[in-house]
Amino acid sequence: MRTIKFLLQKEFRQIFRNKTLLRSILISPCIQLLILPLAANYEVKNISLAVVDNDHSAYSQKMISKITSSGYFKLTSYNSSFKEAYHQIEEDKADIILEIPAHFERNLVRENEQKLFVAVNAINGTKALLGGGYLANIINNYNNEIRLQWVQPSRFNTAPLIEIASSNWYNPLMNYQIFMVPGILVMLVTMIGGMMCSLNIVKEKEIGTIEQINVTPIKKHHFILGKLIPFWVIGMVVFTLGLLIARFVYHIIPIGNISLLYGFLAVYLLAVLGLGLLISTYSDTQQQAMSITFFFVMIFNLMSGLYTPVESMPNWAQWIAKFNPLSYFIQVMRMVVLKGSEFNDVKPHLIAILGFAIVFNTWAILNYRKRA
Amino acid sequence: MQQPVIKTELLTKRFGSFTAADELTFEVYPGEIFGFLGANGAGKTTAMRMLCGLSLPSSGKATIAGFDIYKQTEKIKQNIGYMSQKFSLYEDLTVIENIRFYAGIYGLSDKEIKAKSNNLLDQLGLQNEAKKLVSELPLGWKQKLSFSVAVIHQPKIVFLDEPTGGVDPVTRRQFWDLIYDASDKGLTVFVTTHYMDEAEYCNRISIMVDGRIEALDTPSNLKKQFSANSMDDVFYQLARGAKRNE
Amino acid sequence: MKQLFIFVRKEFYHVFRDRKTLLMLFGLPIAQIVLFGFALTTEIKNAKIVVADYSKDIVSKQIIDKIDASRYFDIEKSLMSHDQIEAAFKEGKIKMAVIFPENFNKNLLHTNKAQIQVIADASDLNTAVTLTNYISSIIGDYQQQMVKNVVLPYRIVPEIRMLYNPQLKGEHTFIPGMMAMIMMLVCVMMTAISIVKEKELGTMEILLVSPFKPLMVILSKFVPYLIISLVNVTSILLLSWIFLHLPIKGSILLLYAVSLLFIITSLAIGLLISIVSQSQQSAMFGSLMATMLPTLLLSGFMFPIENMPLPLQIISNVVPSKWFYIIVKDIMIKGSGFGAIWKETLILVGMTVFLLIISLKKFKIRLE
Repeated sequence: MRTIKFLLQKEFRQIFRNKTLLRSILISPCIQLLILPLAANYEVKNISLAVVDNDHSAYSQKMISKITSSGYFKLTSYNSSFKEAYHQIEEDKADIILEIPAHFERNLVRENEQKLFVAVNAINGTKALLGGGYLANIINNYNNEIRLQWVQPSRFNTAPLIEIASSNWYNPLMNYQIFMVPGILVMLVTMIGGMMCSLNIVKEKEIGTIEQINVTPIKKHHFILGKLIPFWVIGMVVFTLGLLIARFVYHIIPIGNISLLYGFLAVYLLAVLGLGLLISTYSDTQQQAMSITFFFVMIFNLMSGLYTPVESMPNWAQWIAKFNPLSYFIQVMRMVVLKGSEFNDVKPHLIAILGFAIVFNTWAILNYRKRA
Repeated sequence: MQQPVIKTELLTKRFGSFTAADELTFEVYPGEIFGFLGANGAGKTTAMRMLCGLSLPSSGKATIAGFDIYKQTEKIKQNIGYMSQKFSLYEDLTVIENIRFYAGIYGLSDKEIKAKSNNLLDQLGLQNEAKKLVSELPLGWKQKLSFSVAVIHQPKIVFLDEPTGGVDPVTRRQFWDLIYDASDKGLTVFVTTHYMDEAEYCNRISIMVDGRIEALDTPSNLKKQFSANSMDDVFYQLARGAKRNE
Repeated sequence: MKQLFIFVRKEFYHVFRDRKTLLMLFGLPIAQIVLFGFALTTEIKNAKIVVADYSKDIVSKQIIDKIDASRYFDIEKSLMSHDQIEAAFKEGKIKMAVIFPENFNKNLLHTNKAQIQVIADASDLNTAVTLTNYISSIIGDYQQQMVKNVVLPYRIVPEIRMLYNPQLKGEHTFIPGMMAMIMMLVCVMMTAISIVKEKELGTMEILLVSPFKPLMVILSKFVPYLIISLVNVTSILLLSWIFLHLPIKGSILLLYAVSLLFIITSLAIGLLISIVSQSQQSAMFGSLMATMLPTLLLSGFMFPIENMPLPLQIISNVVPSKWFYIIVKDIMIKGSGFGAIWKETLILVGMTVFLLIISLKKFKIRLE
């Protein structure tokens, strides 16, 4: 125990003495938490629309104003030909072209049907799908309005209407920030904890001080604990800062029990730091440790369910995701913070993370060699 | 005769097909200053790392302070100090913090730590520098501090791996005064060097060439044996035949 | 020239002897392509939902069968109360609840209107939105079938064409963005760290006092990372062509030329970071903050820039990756020639020159 006291004293001194690093550890996650949710906005708005109106009728004008007043589209150009409008897309000035053929209004009346041509820049598939959908929807609504004006309702409105009353629990306003912030916080804590911890030990290897430690009769698990505890504390502090930002900037107040959250975090940090330690026992240089950590963080991050749901992955990928500590904590964050889940709800997750913590740390201690 | 504190028998370390230390057999007695000489790459550091328990031997036997080098490394570590070639104090800790840290992990009590660190600072004349970061000290001071820290737990043996590289002769002389002091108090000193004047300070020296010990005796006997005027000559005669030279 | 060769060779030894790092640097793009190509989809399959049918009539049955038949849902029929639904949400057991109220069909027949209640667990908003859309379209289809026989008058039929990417694949935005990310990792972070490492260990000073020009010392450090980056560009393009069937519409030569330009831009950033950093760890943090994150957030490949608040939109203009992303997208997917991308290229060239001048100036100051 006494040994650990001295190890901790030393680690904390070193951490607090390196002001630049300390600042980056504490401030960078805050900045990220402030910027990321602003940037990470999946809502599709302000779709640039290029219009080719070959009809110039009152009805075509009205349709265009319906579209622009919807809030989703902004009219960026009127073009005389499709070719001209296409050029706008090539230059990224327009996302969607709407071409209204000549005699649009006349044909609609005479032939009962009139086509419109819509071309969507689909390089960004999601945006294209949503944009196209919005446009079709607005046109459809406009179509219904015209019908109501031109004919007696009873003549066509014989179809029964099934309404869908949808409600979104826990995030009724469908606010993306509420959805992203807890996940991002987990990602940041993971990155900082894992990276700092693995780099720290490897740094001692690189400058040679670890040899001096290795010739002392120090116990392996004491040494590992001495490295683990400081970063465990830092992880807790970063997480707390993040929660405060979530509270005061994004007004996200955890519905569930805060101590449950911290309890889970405590175990989770052990798992993440254990992984960092494990990586450090396999690396000889900081560059190596960093590229290995980066590799895993990147894969964990992509497969965490933060961007795409884990359930939609193929079976083999879901299996890999089972070994991803990040995905458990992101789920738990959403459960506890947004839904108010209780201990029994997160128990399976907690057991899994506890398993990771034990495996990673035991492995790291076994693999840490005082003697080559 | 006394029991040897270091005793090796055919101690060997191979890295793949390369034999870094080849069948080393020697004994070191309590209170001795034992010099371990050799050209660069002769295998001095490898041998020393095995004795300190940092590297596992490929074959052969050895005991340090009566403990087996294979099975009782942790016991050995209680009884030795080590100062590596790579300067190994924490540059971002102060002088006093480094002293307290190492004293602490060797299990000294608070009272001992306080007394020891005061003594040490006095002895080195570092009282005024106690709160300076180690990175701010000149190299000579760092080396002296490093040595004092390595023996802070009063080990039986201290291993010094090229302890005085890169400093002027006066500073080196001061460093050796520290070694003599410690040796007078019964400490066994095992030191590698390639400064021949330092070799003269040792009680006995061994000279390694290409992983083998080619000569082992007191400096004066060696000079007689090789009919040489100085240790330089002795070393030159032996090292000339070396095949590995960096 | 011979000296330069010797220095470059030394750097190659450093980089290529470190097998673990190399494995990660070459493996990361491959792993990412595999993940993006095969694992990460926004399509959701077999989502667990609960259907509570309080009406149990023919229409509700038909709709439930339709939902059940789709591959999107894995349904469990159970008359859950709101409290029970909430408990199931909290446990994370189900994603959504679909409730048919009593007299569903009766209402539909008598008032021509009936309601289905859909409750989604929006703590995972993406999933909630997608699933709600699936349900809506299934019910919409069902309604279409009901009114099949009725032909509506005055139909406006939008014909929607998806340009460049008719199957709406995600790779089209992802591949160019990933190229930028990998270059940030290799050219900025790894390069900066390897230079700072020599500073930390003191070997840099030995190199700098050699008769070789200091600038050359730095340039020779660039070469291995430049080559790794070019290999990565090639492997990304090849893999995305083979596995994701993403062809390169424009000129490959132009694509490589632009990539080379961006590699040099990145190396210049790496050099600048290495000059201002004192330790490998701060070099790493610097690279993360100054390049990785802006690339991820502000280059437009993850999140559309036009949705961001104005200050972020303005800042995005100084992120080199944004311009590189636009250029690569244009060449690869739109098949644009140099005529269409010269502006962006010029901006990138300008940035590179600016960065090089600044870092060389700072580098000289350090030497004096």
